[in-house]
Amino acid sequence: MSKPKVGVFGFAGCGGCQLEILNLEEQLVDFIKAVDIVNFTEAITEHSDTYEIALIEGSVSTNHDLEKLEHISKIAKIIIAVGACACTGGLNCLKNLYGLEKAKELVYGDKKDWIDAIETKPIDAYVKVDYYARGCPPTRSEIVDIVKSLIVGKKPEIPNYPVCIECKRLGNTCLYEYGLSCFGPVARAGCNARCPSSKSGCEACRGYIDQPNINAQKDLLSRYGLTVEDIMEGFNLYNACKNNVLKK
Amino acid sequence: MAENVNIEVSPISRVEGHGDLVLDIKNRKIEKLQFRIPEAPRFFEAMLVGKKYDQPSHITSRICGICSVAHTFASIKATEDALKVKLNDLILKLRRIVNIGEYIQSNCLHVYFLAAPDFLGVGSVIPLIETHPDVVNIAINMKKIANDIVRITAGRAVHPITTIVGGFTKLPTEQDLLNIKNMLNSLYPDLEISLKVLKSLKLPKFERETEYISISNNYEYALYDGDLKSSDGWVIKPINYLDKIKEKVVEHSTGKHCWANRDSYMVGALSRVNNNYEMLSDRAKQYAEELGLKVPCYNTFMINIAQFIEIVHCVDDGIRLIDEILNEGLKEDKALVEVKPKAGRGVGIVEAPRGTLIHDYTYDKSGKITKVNLIIPTNMNYANVEKDLEAYIPSIIDKSEDEIRFHSEMLIRAYDPCISCSTHFLNVKLINK
Repeated sequence: MSKPKVGVFGFAGCGGCQLEILNLEEQLVDFIKAVDIVNFTEAITEHSDTYEIALIEGSVSTNHDLEKLEHISKIAKIIIAVGACACTGGLNCLKNLYGLEKAKELVYGDKKDWIDAIETKPIDAYVKVDYYARGCPPTRSEIVDIVKSLIVGKKPEIPNYPVCIECKRLGNTCLYEYGLSCFGPVARAGCNARCPSSKSGCEACRGYIDQPNINAQKDLLSRYGLTVEDIMEGFNLYNACKNNVLKK
Repeated sequence: MAENVNIEVSPISRVEGHGDLVLDIKNRKIEKLQFRIPEAPRFFEAMLVGKKYDQPSHITSRICGICSVAHTFASIKATEDALKVKLNDLILKLRRIVNIGEYIQSNCLHVYFLAAPDFLGVGSVIPLIETHPDVVNIAINMKKIANDIVRITAGRAVHPITTIVGGFTKLPTEQDLLNIKNMLNSLYPDLEISLKVLKSLKLPKFERETEYISISNNYEYALYDGDLKSSDGWVIKPINYLDKIKEKVVEHSTGKHCWANRDSYMVGALSRVNNNYEMLSDRAKQYAEELGLKVPCYNTFMINIAQFIEIVHCVDDGIRLIDEILNEGLKEDKALVEVKPKAGRGVGIVEAPRGTLIHDYTYDKSGKITKVNLIIPTNMNYANVEKDLEAYIPSIIDKSEDEIRFHSEMLIRAYDPCISCSTHFLNVKLINK
């Protein structure tokens, strides 16, 4: 793919992942020159129905979203899910836990029938996703690396090891020693342990690794007098749409 | 000339989130004008119910990536108000520095990347890389510095990490603060060049006086804290905001509409400058004079100029705050104060870059949320945007359909709307029947 046409699209989300593309800073001009950005509503007026790569932010939360996603999937050769909302459904799934009808009533009252809203799902619930740039938000370099790999024709490398590995490499003191809880043992790395390095427990915004060592996490929790239930709520922040692996 | 115009701009570009404008003109009269928000509703008020007091700021930060710091602070302040948390000066000053980082980032994004293409006659920042490389380089550098300020002080540029109820999980070092001070100082030459560029631009002349609302206090240019103040003369404490700020669901939009003293009001940079001009730094006031921003100012397009003036103020104020912190000393034991669960209601109001932002939480005695109300700046502006368009379009009705579309979109964009926020927005549709 020499100079691919790229579309950037957003569904239900905060716009933060699209902002991270605009935040590429020193790399922004090179990125814009290396690809041909044909759709990017947050940043450009022009739009097109011809593109090879679709970068998609946000989760599917309305019937209108679903129609648009299906349209994109018919055009794009490669779909990259960008950010927690697109990859796991993200925080938006908390509304599913609360109950869709109840949530509509709470926010819009007797006008709730005016609102088009369905249960939130990640985009791979509906279309085939080729690559995932995970995290809330993903690191800027990760978004660029995936696109760069595709241009030079190699498979992007997505980490499949836990945050603990990155955290230990940085020489951080384990947050459990401070009496804090953390999903480092089972959460997918790639963020360079950003939260634990700031003395804030990992919330698994990148989802969990493919084969998480659940027993190690449980041992850790019991060593510090915690139960799965104690921390499940934290895990649900970004993973409420996915099954609860820790309960296996 | 447009006798009958039917425009549907869908989506309105270079704004955050998804919004549409539907405009139907028959025999030179506006038959229908709707600013629609079809952005997916996200139900944050529901997500927060049952959450413990340490979680809401991490959740509500995700309402908006561009103003995640503002949401974080409105949330933390609401919780701290409810739990009666007493903070120290160091925490309050450091929070203001984080906030200044986001202000420079967000105002820079809007003025240089999103609005400037309108005034330079192009569709996006991309062609400006070839035609105006100096301005693009200034913008990229300024945004990088702003993002670095938030990253250094709060752990991450988008969705801050270290800022929690009770203070900070981790403090920056003195060297970090000195680096930020140097970065802020390095921006002055770029601000001078930007001033010259902005002076050469011709902004449309459109005036419609409305009610201007912002927070305000008597010791600083209020961005982080203050009472609610209106240009119509009322001032109220944050906890009493419901006495003045009213909200309703409208059929064409997932974002609610707000009103206070009149049928609409404006929040954002122009309201803040109108209400708190005297509190701006001397340099910011001098730049305002050079750019022809005299208060009270009723030209909506001047929001862009007001945002630039605020960047100047934030650079000055950031340096002042860092000097104060370094004089008083950074002490690790002051990073966090004690927080205990407690039943009660709390309201946190801050100025997000695009306007006043209100978080209102009620907690039970175990420290879990039972009730939430969020009022978002873009929602507050919707009704005013429609009123502005109703007043502005007759003055441009003799232009071509494309020009009407362009100018309408530009007026909406001036508000720097943040539609993801408001749905907790923009396509323009002209329709010919």
